[in-house]
Amino acid sequence: MINFYPGTPEEILKPATTGFIVFTLAAALLLNLLPWEGWGLWVRPDFVVLVLLYWCIDQPRKIGFGIAWMLGLVMDVSDGSLLGQHALAYTLVAYAGIVLHRRVQRFSITPQALHVVPLLLLNDVIVLLVRLATGSDFPGYWYFFGSVVGGLLWPALSYLLKLPQRPHVDADHA
Amino acid sequence: MEYTPPPFFKTGPSPLTRLLFFSVLSLAILITDARFKQLEVVRQMVSVVLYPLQRIAFAPLSLARRVGEFFVSHGELRTENERLLRDNLAIATLAQKARALEAENAHMRRLLAAREQRAEPLMLAEVLYAARDPFSQRIVIDKGLQHDVRNGQPVIDAQGVVGQVTRTYPLLAEITLISDKGHLVPVQNVRNGLRSVLAGTGVLGTLEMQFVPHTADVQKGDQLVTSGIDGIYTAGLPVAEVVSIETNAASTFSKVICRPLGGAGSHRQVFVVHGSEALPPRPPEEAEKTPKGRKGRKGG
Repeated sequence: MINFYPGTPEEILKPATTGFIVFTLAAALLLNLLPWEGWGLWVRPDFVVLVLLYWCIDQPRKIGFGIAWMLGLVMDVSDGSLLGQHALAYTLVAYAGIVLHRRVQRFSITPQALHVVPLLLLNDVIVLLVRLATGSDFPGYWYFFGSVVGGLLWPALSYLLKLPQRPHVDADHA
Repeated sequence: MEYTPPPFFKTGPSPLTRLLFFSVLSLAILITDARFKQLEVVRQMVSVVLYPLQRIAFAPLSLARRVGEFFVSHGELRTENERLLRDNLAIATLAQKARALEAENAHMRRLLAAREQRAEPLMLAEVLYAARDPFSQRIVIDKGLQHDVRNGQPVIDAQGVVGQVTRTYPLLAEITLISDKGHLVPVQNVRNGLRSVLAGTGVLGTLEMQFVPHTADVQKGDQLVTSGIDGIYTAGLPVAEVVSIETNAASTFSKVICRPLGGAGSHRQVFVVHGSEALPPRPPEEAEKTPKGRKGRKGG
């Protein structure tokens, strides 16, 4: 059942610590660096942009363009692609996340994922445009599939990243 | 919709300003990297920081491979051993013949006062992963600048040419496979010595021979080896086999599709060929350049 209205009571969460944000971004980078091969390469969402977008929507004051840009540069080096293409794409996605964060936060998880997929596709399109401009061939529509998978992973991701912020429920007082 | 912070909180420049700043920065880097290739230092610095993470990310697969190798069945080992013994016998006879031929060849070359062909030192490297990039075909190996790997060195496996080192990091190197789009290998047909250029198509395991006239003597099953005229790939390395020839009256050239012999995409170990032969400089270009330089000096 898709809930388009914020009818569910909002949870009161502890603020996310900077350490945890850094840790999750590093973990996402590690997931991106795994030796993906064959069809795994097509299904794989860009974990870094997914986690980055999550924090841009959830904690827009703690994360900014500088971090997005640096992560993009790191991805460019690890892919061995032209420097700056991921940096440009991540910067634009971070901007969209920060501008839209009030709107997206009002929705429940499933419509949130519907907001996220176009932003992930934007990331793909920018990288694709840079590649086409520098003489690569269009790799086929499977290229965009990773972003759809990213949208499907959004609920699980947002559950996982909220875990440390949930206040401990004391068993004696429950 | 627009996110503007209340004026009584100091939050620095607005998101749009920051977006413009970082976008322009990215575009500047893109253009610098694409046009002037001046950012290799930045790339190398980031790669050194990234190296431990890459190693950690690669650890599970490497462990799985090792465990897999440990549990090879006895039967498999025995068949492999038998095959190796058989191969060894065949190779030993060939080697004896080769030694005699080599001596004879060296003698004749001395007679012709030609340069003696020397064997290039090979370095074994392990393939870490295929680059996570659907646009191009590259693999990354575990040897880099520290192990004397340089840009342009050819990379081969037991069957044939795999590709060429195109980017080096301190501890890693990136190899562009011969099937990458736009990668060219000058080749020679073993059967009749016909020279040609083999281009990658961007599809794994498919190469195309370029500019072959309809009248050229190319047959299905022809073996192609490097001709060595580019100074990058040493002459005589096996590259590919002709799979199909399509002749279309509408175009001047036939479409010759080849299959690479090196197991591109499926290998774990490859050899980097160190120090390819230095070719003598091209005479006509040199002749053109020197007078220009002298003129410039005189003028200045």
